[in-house]
Amino acid sequence: MTDGDAHTVTAPPPEPDVAPARLLVVLGAAGALAGLLLVLAYGLTLPTIEANKARALQEAVREVLKAPERYDTLYVVNGALAASPPAAADPRRIEQVYLGYGPNARRIGFAIVAEDAGFQDVVRLIFGYDPKTRQLLGIKVLESKETPGLGDKIEKDTTFVGQFDGARPPLVGVKKGKRTNPSQVDMITGATISSRAVIRIVNRALERLGPLVEAYP
Amino acid sequence: MGDLVWIFFSAMVVNNFTLMLFLGLCPFLGVSGRVETALRMGAANIFVLVLTAVWVWALNTFILVYAPYLRLISFIIVIASLVQIVEMVIKKVSPVLFRQLGIFLPLITTNCAILGLAIFQTIRGYGFLEGLAFAIGAGAGLTLALVLMASIRESVELADVPAVAQGTALVLIIAGSLSLAFMGFAGLLSSS
Amino acid sequence: MRHEISPADLHCGAHGAAAPPRPGHAAPAREDLLRGIWRENPVLVQLLGLCPTLAVTNSVANSLAMGLATFFVLLGSSLLVSTFKRVIPGEVRISSYILIIATFVTVAEMLLQALAPDIHKALGAFVALIVVNCIILGRQEAFASRQPVGRAALDAIGMGGGFMIALLLMGGIREVLGSGTFLGVSLFGPRWEPWVIMILPPGGFFTLAFLLLAIGWWKRPRAA
Repeated sequence: MTDGDAHTVTAPPPEPDVAPARLLVVLGAAGALAGLLLVLAYGLTLPTIEANKARALQEAVREVLKAPERYDTLYVVNGALAASPPAAADPRRIEQVYLGYGPNARRIGFAIVAEDAGFQDVVRLIFGYDPKTRQLLGIKVLESKETPGLGDKIEKDTTFVGQFDGARPPLVGVKKGKRTNPSQVDMITGATISSRAVIRIVNRALERLGPLVEAYP
Repeated sequence: MGDLVWIFFSAMVVNNFTLMLFLGLCPFLGVSGRVETALRMGAANIFVLVLTAVWVWALNTFILVYAPYLRLISFIIVIASLVQIVEMVIKKVSPVLFRQLGIFLPLITTNCAILGLAIFQTIRGYGFLEGLAFAIGAGAGLTLALVLMASIRESVELADVPAVAQGTALVLIIAGSLSLAFMGFAGLLSSS
Repeated sequence: MRHEISPADLHCGAHGAAAPPRPGHAAPAREDLLRGIWRENPVLVQLLGLCPTLAVTNSVANSLAMGLATFFVLLGSSLLVSTFKRVIPGEVRISSYILIIATFVTVAEMLLQALAPDIHKALGAFVALIVVNCIILGRQEAFASRQPVGRAALDAIGMGGGFMIALLLMGGIREVLGSGTFLGVSLFGPRWEPWVIMILPPGGFFTLAFLLLAIGWWKRPRAA
């Protein structure tokens, strides 16, 4: 395809001049039919799609809170956690935190979703935090586009991910093998920036939400 | 990353629309070895991208909340209409520019970069300013890729390329090399 | 949208070797079907639809899903366009085709999101981008709008099949070399170091270039 070359094509067979009314009618009818089909498909698929999303979230929360019996969804409203969203607002647009309970209604901890820039693009993860012991319960990377084989170890390397169980924030990254206390995290060799991103995401989220979860009655 | 600068540079180089996200390939692979043409195409694209970002934000914020299943159709209608309007405006305002640019404008409708921008902007939930930064960054990145490809092709035209490789295969190899080079930008924007 | 040259003519048929068939030319049905698979393969010969071909072929599973989604949209749109070709006035034909295609794509995306959410997430924006895949609009304009429903269907199946084959070729090469797996099954064992570049963007460009080179070599004019 070079500049300025108009490609000659066989034009469609010449048609008698069509009244604008007919154009509108045809487009209108096509639009209406399309709309109908879409509403139908939407109605049929929406329950399944919502169920899929809910199940994915459930699995993530269960994983980082180490299999709670149940969990409550809390909403961040006006600098505090509330059990239900404000009446007029769309709950999906409000930041949510999940409070997990074990047997005998004992509180296990809070699951928090956070994201920030990684090496290639945004990294999104969920982590569990117990404000009573001030320890992390675990992390799970939800979305990442980090380099396969290097940065993607933040989700695939079980040793790396496992360190966050029982870690004490604020976290500090150290070279691999130099970890001496629960506040330190062994970073992945060759993926320093991705590792640091995970640490930063957790630290920043806790700076912001830590006081809120501790204050929740 | 709600950070506008991050969004701009991420769209322009780190996650370049053409070389990393594979959007806008048709004009990219078809651009000839003339840097001037590439610049003009890039400029036209930036213009349409920015207008699209604004309209997509408006659609997402006010209308599509009620009918999310109409998203794709409304996006494509907006894009097609925008291109029509831009074409008419350029034709009236500067017939000279229209003659130089005119042939590229209808191409922009089926350019997946425009629709791609609309979709990414929606998925990431960008607000008005973020959408703008995204569009300008994406357009700048497209232009950069086009200009780079055009200048390389200019030089390659004088080289002795085996007949089997001439044409699109060669262009794809150049594109792959550019993409490889652009991978070096990863890590540019992380704040650690 | 009224243009002297319509966007579809200028863009979606502009490169590659597709020739619009002469109306009334009595081609056997088999030719309608096979044309898209090899001789006029939409990706490898006509060089259309390259955006998804490069973007989602980093694994065979993704290639399969994209191929199926595109096939569904192509077949559905071709059937509708061919059925209603006498009703749609020429001035609004491109708008109508796009409306039809966009509807099918939206439905395909909803189905994918409901039935295979992991694949939908992996394919990302590219399912929606099927709307601007030139293969589909190009076939409506060049073929489905001028041929009876039967031929339009066969053509759609052929082109969709050809697209699928190209995607699977790309996906196969990239996944085997780039991850050492095929459909997730490890082929070479844990010690084999994969060529990660193949599943990254440059790998997409290089793989397609290699395929085109191979085809160009195969088709090279042999000395008499």
